[in-house]
This record gives sequence, structure tokens and C-alpha cells, in this order.
Amino acid sequence: MSILIDKNTKILVQGLTGKTGTFHTEQALAYHGTKMVGGIHPKKGGESWTGAKGETLPIFASVAEGKEKTGANASVVYVPPAGAAEAIIEAIEAEIPLIVCITEGIPVADMIKVKARLDRSTSRLIGPNCPGIVTPDQCKIGIMPGNIFRKGSVGVVSRSGTLTYEAVFQTTNAGLGQSTAVGIGGDPVKGTEFIDMLEMFLADDETKSIIMIGEIGGSAEEDAAQFLIDEAKRGRKKPMAGFIAGRTAPAGRTMGHAGAVISGGKGGAEDKIAAMEAAGIRVSPSPARLGTTLVEAIKG
Amino acid sequence: MNIHEYQGKALLKGFGAPVAEGVAIFNAGEAEAAAKKLPGPLYVVKSQIHAGGRGKGKFKELSADAKGGVRLAKSIEDVVANAKEMLGNTLVTKQTGPAGKQVNRLYIEDGADIDRELYLSILVDRTVGRVAFVVSTEGGMDIEAVAHDTPEKIITVAIDPEKGVTAEDLKALNGALKLSGEAASDGEKLFPILYKAFVEKDMSLLEVNPLIVMTNGRLRVLDAKVSFDNNALFRHPDVLELRDTTEEDAKEIEASKYDLAYVALDGNIGCMVNGAGLAMATMDIIKLYGAEPANFLDVGGGASKEKVTAAFKIITADPAVEGILINIFGGIMKCDVIAEGVIAAVKEVGLKVPLVVRLEGTNAELGKKIINESGLNVVSADDLDDAAKKIVAAVKG
Repeated sequence: MSILIDKNTKILVQGLTGKTGTFHTEQALAYHGTKMVGGIHPKKGGESWTGAKGETLPIFASVAEGKEKTGANASVVYVPPAGAAEAIIEAIEAEIPLIVCITEGIPVADMIKVKARLDRSTSRLIGPNCPGIVTPDQCKIGIMPGNIFRKGSVGVVSRSGTLTYEAVFQTTNAGLGQSTAVGIGGDPVKGTEFIDMLEMFLADDETKSIIMIGEIGGSAEEDAAQFLIDEAKRGRKKPMAGFIAGRTAPAGRTMGHAGAVISGGKGGAEDKIAAMEAAGIRVSPSPARLGTTLVEAIKG
Repeated sequence: MNIHEYQGKALLKGFGAPVAEGVAIFNAGEAEAAAKKLPGPLYVVKSQIHAGGRGKGKFKELSADAKGGVRLAKSIEDVVANAKEMLGNTLVTKQTGPAGKQVNRLYIEDGADIDRELYLSILVDRTVGRVAFVVSTEGGMDIEAVAHDTPEKIITVAIDPEKGVTAEDLKALNGALKLSGEAASDGEKLFPILYKAFVEKDMSLLEVNPLIVMTNGRLRVLDAKVSFDNNALFRHPDVLELRDTTEEDAKEIEASKYDLAYVALDGNIGCMVNGAGLAMATMDIIKLYGAEPANFLDVGGGASKEKVTAAFKIITADPAVEGILINIFGGIMKCDVIAEGVIAAVKEVGLKVPLVVRLEGTNAELGKKIINESGLNVVSADDLDDAAKKIVAAVKG
């Protein structure tokens, strides 16, 4: 088992006709035949999309139509920031079970509206401002480079895109490979938090260990640590390694990600590291030692 | 993006919030005319800089016992004398750092008779994904200290985005601030006004510290710290006009022109990285090996050769930089594009400091080949750990 996606996941692309959507759809199709089933464009319904190698996909006028005609159970959003929230809401209203939003730079007020709509729905949103999800050798949604993955047993969850790549690359080099890797995104208001992902990884038999990569800002890492402590009391526990980016970040400055800011004396790296260590996570001081730290954690 | 107090108050006044009368001035010659427009006899002369702690701040150029960055004046002459002393001088506060900030604008405001000082802010509570009011009866002081010492005195009221500020929310806010009588009915008007301003203008923070109850029992917004969501500025051209670039770092302004996420820091190793998390992690690993980063710089996902060149130039223009680390894990970003951008920049501006490059991911081999064949004096690194060790060693000599 993997989590969230596998070889049967059928994906619609919102924003397929743009440069980014086109490039990454070509990459996804090339990744073990990920089932990309169509694109959405309100004015180009009925037309078709052609990739650089002659791949073609049908374009539908709406997500609802695309879902009806293809049986899609996931969508990926590459729509630019000004229209991205609307695109997510369209997918929620079409009852797409899994929505992955890659777009960076969505106004937080728009995400508050999305979140309210999401809370009344059955959809799960990953992101925004995230690199997507990969289940090795089966399915790739988003922008992660496919060649660094290897089928294996590590569940990877991260707020940062490129640090997800580091964790994947290092666990591949350590011979462990990944069950599924998920980037939950760097925005302050997002669809899925660490706790949701940890719950799935703890429940997944194929996931034998977990890497969790957080960063400064907010309290999602502290919340996740408390969740792990509570679950461990119930006997659910897996070896974990972690990392927190931004130990050297100055307070009050937003570090690239809209959510990465230490404000009001809260959201600093040291508190997060302490909380994660208290929950039994081996926190690596170096982003270059995620793989080796996890190997140590597995050995116990 | 941040704005000045006087701009924030004007904005809130436009939504109907009770603020004092006031006039902003840019030179001391305007002080007398400004004060004459106000009722008097009590005036407040307030330094306008993008940093808190102004009242307790000290001017670098003045003697240690001189008054701070916010001063009471009891006559028009007093206003003028204070304006002359403050304008052009450098105010150092808890938030400016030791370098301080030059005071180029003052706000002359009508004084108020204060009965109680309260704290109110509106922000995005990310734990619930909603806009929330944060209030306390302990206003006028450092709210972080209140949060640390007496957290029970800080009350958060999150607002349902589909309902707005409800009667129940108003009751909770008035209760938390212990408002009654006229102040309570003022609160019932003010809270929805502030919420509306926050949402309509896409603010990321609206802080009123203090919100005061005057001796006449009415509420007034005595200070206003307003920040906006940078991601939403595209739909607020009016807000963009309030930007004061003299408050920002010149390198950060240059970086923003190329849509680069850049934050100037105090160290001597310049960094160019793709991805915010990896950029922070790169700073962290430099520190781990005993050196300090000169900047945070995320070139972003799909950076062009031009963007990479601009980023490289911004880093090398910083005189504090004694070495540069380029750390790229290409996903969308192609390593050959990075390599070409760096080479183009070096050809243009030269390379006077050690440069270590680590390329991984999409087209990494091609990128490494381009750099190796360029004839430039570049040190290649195998991984992040190797890269950090090499640049720290090179800078330490």
C-alpha cells in the first residue's frame, strides 16, 4: 500500500494549457505512465492538448465534466495565483477526492475562503505552494523530479519542496527508498497539515519509517509532535527523523515561503526541534544528514 | 509590505474608525503649520519608521537622556522644537537593531486624555485557517512580554469567514476588553470596521497598540501598525502607492524587481539557492560549520538565465560577501540554466571571491560540464555537506 495515490489514480490538470502545466504533465506521463486523463479550460472544452512527444489529452470545459467523462479521482492545479483559489473551489464542488495545488503566491484571504469551503466537503487538498506527491514507480503528481525516487519504505512529509528532494535523494542513496513523498506546502493556510499525513503514514503497512521536514513559522510541528506522543501511548509508533529549516532566520522576516516567519516570539526553530525530540524524532542538525539520521533511528 | 502609522490611520479613518486628527510632515519647517491645524493644547510628535518600540527608542545623535521617538508637546513652540530635534536623526529601538533607522517623517497628532490602554490586533490564525482578533486589557506595552508572563490575559476570537463578525464575537471582544457603556457601543461599531478593513485590503497584520478608552468614555485608535499580504498587492494599486522604499534594504528592492526572494543578513557567505526551505537550510548548514550567511536568496522554481544573473550580481554587490555558495537541487529548475546564468554574471561583473557550486537534480551533469568547461575558478561540491564545508574553509582561509 501507498498513501493518497497509486497506479490507479486518474488525474485532471487545471491549468494544463500553460507552460508549467504542459511541462509537468509531460513529465508525469513519462513517469511510469502516471494516468493523466485530461485538462480543464473553460474556453477550450472539446479541444485537445498535445505534448512535446506527441502525447495527447482531451480538454474539458469544467472539472465536473472532466470527472464525469474520465472517472478522474484527483486533480492538480497549476492555475496562476489570481485564479487558483477559484480553481480549487471548482474541484471541491465537483467532489474530486484529492486536489493538489502547486501554485505559489495565492493571497491568504483567498485560501481562508477555500479552507472554509473545504471544511464542508469530502475533498482533501494538498498545498498550495507545494511540490506535489509521488508514489515511486506508480504515480507522480506535481513538479518533483522523478529520477531521484526509489520504491521503498520511507514516508516523507515536508513543508519545503527542495528539502523534500533532499530527503528523497538521501533515502534513495541510503537504500531505503520511499513509500510515498508528500510536500504539504509553505503557505500559512493550507489544505493538509503534518498531523493528517502522519496519521496516514502510521496506518500504512508499507511505510516503515518517516522523515518529517518542517520550517520556522506557525505551530504545526509542535502539534504534530503532540499527536505522535499521543499515538505512541496507543502503541502506534515508527522510527522518525526530522529537520527544521530556519534555525538562523531572523525574527519578523518572511523567508521566501509566505508561512516561514517567526512572529511575536513564536514559530522559532528551537521550540520546534525540542517538541519533535520530545516526541522521539531524531532531529538532524544538518539538512545533508537526513538519510543517515533516519538509518540511525531505524537501528534504534 | 509595511506602511507608516499615519498612512495606516488614514486608511482606517476611511473605513470609519475613530482616530485622532493629525498631520504628517517631512521637514521641520512644516511643523508649525501642522500643529496649528490641530485643536491643541496637547500634541503628540511621533517618529514615522517601520519599526516598533519608538516611544522607548533613543536617538543616536542626541544625548542619552534626550527623550525618545514619541513625544508629548504642550504648545505649538514645543512641537516645533521637538520636530527640529527628531527629524533627520537616527532612532534606535528594540526592533531596528543597533544601526537604527533615520526619521524622515513625523506625525503630529492631537493629544488624548487616556483612561485605559488596551491591545487589539487582527491577524491570520494559521492553526484554524481564519482571521482572528487578538485582544488584551494590557495595552500600551510589549505584547510579547504580556504573552510570556501572563498568557491568560490574551484572548483570541477567530472569525468565521462566511459569517463575518457576529453579535457573539462582539460580545466576546467587549467582554475580553472589559468595555461597557459608550465604550462598548463604540466597540460594536469599531470591531466590524477593522475586520472589514483587514479583509478588503488584504492585510496580514493590523495592530492597534494601544486602543484607548478616553476619560470621556469613548474608544480611539491611538496607534496603527499595518502590514499587507505581498501575494495580494496585485489587486491593490492604492496600497502599493503607500510603499516607502527608504525603509527597505537597497539590495532587497533590487531583488524584488526580479521577483527574487531575498533577505539581507549580517554574515559574509553569499547564498544562491532554489526553494525557500533549502535556502534556509543552506544558511543553517553554513552556521553549523562555524560561519555566517550574508543573505537568504531563493531564485525560485523556474528561474531564467537573466534572473540567475541578476541574483548573482546582487550577491556580489554586497561588500560584506567574502565567498559565495550556490546550492541547487533542480526539480523545475534546470541546473544548466543556473550554470549559464552564473557564467554570464561572472563575465559581466567578475569574480573576486571564492565560489562553491553544488548542482543536483534535473540536468545536473550538463550544468557541471558547463561550469567545468568555462575556465572559471569555481569549486565543485558533491553534496550539500561537502559544499558547506568547502565554502566555510575557503572564507576562513
